[in-house]
Amino acid sequence: MRKTYRLRDLDCANCAAKMERGISKIPGVQSASISFMTQRLTIEADEPLLDSIIKQAVKVCRKIEPDCTILL
Amino acid sequence: MTKRQKKDLARILLGAALFSAAALLPLEGTARLLAFLVPYLFLGYDVFWAALRNLAGGQFLDENFLMSLATVGAMLAGEYPEGVAVMLFYQVGELFQRCAVDKSRRSISQLMDIRPDSANVVRDGQILKVNPEGVAVGETILVRPGERVPLDGTVSDGQTTLNTAALTGESLPADAGPGDAVISGSVNLSRVIRVSVRSVYGESTVARILDLVENAASKKARVEAFITRFARYYTPAVVGCAALLALVPPLALGLPWSEWVHRALIFLVVSCPCALVISVPLSFFGGIGGASRQGILVKGSSYLEALSRTRTVVFDKTGTLTEGSFTVSAVHPEVVSEAQLLEYAACAETYSNHPISLSIRRAHGREIPTGTVTDAEDLAGLGVRAVVNGHMIYAGNSALMDSVGAGWHGCHRVGTIIHVAVDGAYMGHIVISDTIKPDARQAIDRLRAMGVVRLVMLTGDREAVGRDVGDRLGLDQVHAQLMPGDKVSAVERLLGEQKEGETLAFVGDGINDAPVLSRADIGIAMGALGSDAAIEAADLVLMDDKPSKLADALLIARRTMAIVHQNIVFALAVKVAVLVLGALGIADMWLAVFADVGVSVLAILNAMRAMRIKGKDGIQQSSPVR
Repeated sequence: MRKTYRLRDLDCANCAAKMERGISKIPGVQSASISFMTQRLTIEADEPLLDSIIKQAVKVCRKIEPDCTILL
Repeated sequence: MTKRQKKDLARILLGAALFSAAALLPLEGTARLLAFLVPYLFLGYDVFWAALRNLAGGQFLDENFLMSLATVGAMLAGEYPEGVAVMLFYQVGELFQRCAVDKSRRSISQLMDIRPDSANVVRDGQILKVNPEGVAVGETILVRPGERVPLDGTVSDGQTTLNTAALTGESLPADAGPGDAVISGSVNLSRVIRVSVRSVYGESTVARILDLVENAASKKARVEAFITRFARYYTPAVVGCAALLALVPPLALGLPWSEWVHRALIFLVVSCPCALVISVPLSFFGGIGGASRQGILVKGSSYLEALSRTRTVVFDKTGTLTEGSFTVSAVHPEVVSEAQLLEYAACAETYSNHPISLSIRRAHGREIPTGTVTDAEDLAGLGVRAVVNGHMIYAGNSALMDSVGAGWHGCHRVGTIIHVAVDGAYMGHIVISDTIKPDARQAIDRLRAMGVVRLVMLTGDREAVGRDVGDRLGLDQVHAQLMPGDKVSAVERLLGEQKEGETLAFVGDGINDAPVLSRADIGIAMGALGSDAAIEAADLVLMDDKPSKLADALLIARRTMAIVHQNIVFALAVKVAVLVLGALGIADMWLAVFADVGVSVLAILNAMRAMRIKGKDGIQQSSPVR
């Protein structure tokens, strides 16, 4: 299933690309995409895994761009 | 500018003032260093902090770290003005970037400002102002002049004109009266109407469009993916070169350290790929936003990219190139007057709801007195039969005429022929055809002028009808008498004939052609305001049912791609030039920082042009109504 999250204070396009790459590598993620312009993160994954995936995604995000938060 | 951006601007101006003061004061030695350290630290503290924090997180090649390294290096080498200037202009570039991104985000959300704030619902005879999400199906809402229709529904009372420009780009207001459907997002222009709500807010046209636009960017173009992949290798490569430049010449050839370290620092200044990385999505975002302002919804930048390479366009006939409504195009009587023949047919068709019957009655135009028609019957696959003022009238196809023994003959006109016989005697025939949309020819010509080489029409209609429409529009191929499944195989055959890198677009009205829409490289649904299935299956949605919008969409796609390519080529060319000049010792740090920030600024300004690409007729946007 696909789920979209809003991102707050995503300031740098290169960081968005790095975050996208990082989140794509989380096990269970079929695809991940960050739109820098619309500040949205779209994750495609199996539903039961989604909760743990998003927790890891928050960690990835914090590591790359500490100012940016995923709004859950 | 936001509050934060104003603060940043103030900081930059103050930093620049401190910097000029330091440069103008006649100081020497440590005093001079201290004088430059003030603006340096003032301008760069957040960069240093971010660099340290990211370094702790294992993010080693990030732009903050590289900027810190380059400027600290310059300061250590005693090049104080350069060190401060790099930091100053880096901050200027960052601020500009944030402002530009904010501005285009804002202007696009303004374009799509169709979200209704409230609905005036009528409950127990009172008018209450509520959130549109709280209105149930079947309730009645009141829409005053100047207000936006908050929910989809049917006019139950009142007569007005509506402006749908925000949805379709069409500036001509449409009349609406009792029984007419109204679409959420359109603006009521003249009088108060009452609307019976047809669907809840979540399923309304406005909610669906907003969802589509906001999630548009999740499908990325290849060029976008290319540029982020490029950025991934560009920075490490440039930093690697910088290290080689700093170490190899002094160690191997005994050249002066200070000179070569300085050249390496220039590399670090140019190592940030930001201008490229930001200008590509910014251009696509602008192109998609500008398109939606003209009633063209694009589901992602990848489709804009694919559309720009379209060489084959396949149209569905009915509802796409033709109106999809039948009209009487000729009346050929045998023994009676034209009016009399039409009257016979209209009487016989009185009780039928077939589209053909409707078109004959519309052409006749007059009320038929009750009691005239008795004993009417639909003869499936043949036509109709009715007793009118005591005479037996048959209206239908040639098989029907044969069965009643009327001597019919064919017609030179293309269309559906309805023969009429009264008491077994042939009276003549009426020709009914589907009309070609007024802008269909113009759309075809424009597409051809833009380099679309194959224009194909698919139709379930008869060969003769299809060929006639194809000839009048100047299409290259017509495939007629296709069942829905045949359309998919026809598109697959055309896909197979394409050259590498070219794409095929299929345009349909979204009814029954979802499989073809998803099979084509780009599926385009037209006039799709009402159809969920079409919005779901299509990659591009034309809100209008005008084929000329397709030419506008192609134009926007081409221009957007041109802007993207300009930015990539320009930014890379400048960066490479500065790197080469820097390695040769011709470019100094000043040039490097100007080139870096300048490229960012120019690329961003160029990207923002994508928002303002106009279609042929210009942007048809009404003045905002509040």
